[in-house]
Amino acid sequence: MALKPAVGENDHVQGNEDASVELVEYGDYECPHCGRAYPIIKNIQEKMGDKLKFVFRNFPLAEIHPNAITAAIATEAAALQGKFWEMHDIVFEHQKSLSVERLLDYAAELGLDMHRFSKDFSDKQSLAKVEEDFESGIRSGVNGTPSFFINGNKYEGDWSEEMLLEVLVEKTK
Amino acid sequence: MLAVGTRAPEFTLHSTPDQKVSLSELKGKKVILAFYPADWSPVCGDQMALYNETLKLFHKHNAEVVGISVDGKWCHAAFRENRKLHFSLLADFEPKGAVSRMYEAYDETKGSSLRALYVLDEDGVIRWNYLSPTGVNPGADGILDALEELDNAKIKQ
Repeated sequence: MALKPAVGENDHVQGNEDASVELVEYGDYECPHCGRAYPIIKNIQEKMGDKLKFVFRNFPLAEIHPNAITAAIATEAAALQGKFWEMHDIVFEHQKSLSVERLLDYAAELGLDMHRFSKDFSDKQSLAKVEEDFESGIRSGVNGTPSFFINGNKYEGDWSEEMLLEVLVEKTK
Repeated sequence: MLAVGTRAPEFTLHSTPDQKVSLSELKGKKVILAFYPADWSPVCGDQMALYNETLKLFHKHNAEVVGISVDGKWCHAAFRENRKLHFSLLADFEPKGAVSRMYEAYDETKGSSLRALYVLDEDGVIRWNYLSPTGVNPGADGILDALEELDNAKIKQ
């Protein structure tokens, strides 16, 4: 199954934009499996350096994870001040405390302009971005979280650090 | 699986402990029949949880989804409540698997429904079907593609 739409301007990209290997994750900030994937991805990014381009898209399962959408919106609001990845990290590192109050604390810790953040946090545009990501996931065949796409194709294999790293490194050759 | 173009056979099953629903009551809407093996699969974002999150997209196409398994009505009620599902789960319980058999979506050896999807048009005719390996959540992309195609075909008429 193929990634629809392909990675574009609206995406949050980490690493080398021009790398030959692109890894896209569809994730939910309150999903424990995504929490487990978070340090794995970090380690892989460190090992692969500029050989890897990493993209994160939102796929909140809101009915089973009541804080997943608000957490996702907080990352999108932080993105408007250039701090998407900082917020992404903090949220994954505090998966069990994602109430609105805590999310505001994290934003403050990152030194965001809080007046602007509060406004963006409640803005429909931030929610729309999260919903767009979710819909793109559904259309791409995402059936749970985390789901990974490597160079545009859905990766169905084991995502333990060893396996995923091996598959990604193989693609650089 | 029943072929595309076939009229979907009528059935009546429990949707809650004290209510029954018949397929014919859903006429006028597109219907997604999602046969699945069992409630309580141990993962986040299992097939039913995923459809729960996708309801808004289904509704855009005037479509309703129903889940069907051989679990009893009380089991379905508990599962729906636990997962906060906003659509019906039908109990193909007595006689066990009768509707699943009728839709050629029954695994005789395991005694449970297969993971089979049907999309019916507003007149109750099967327009798309898909049989997934039992262990694989088929997602919702195939369903949405089928619904979109039905809507596009209508526009062209």
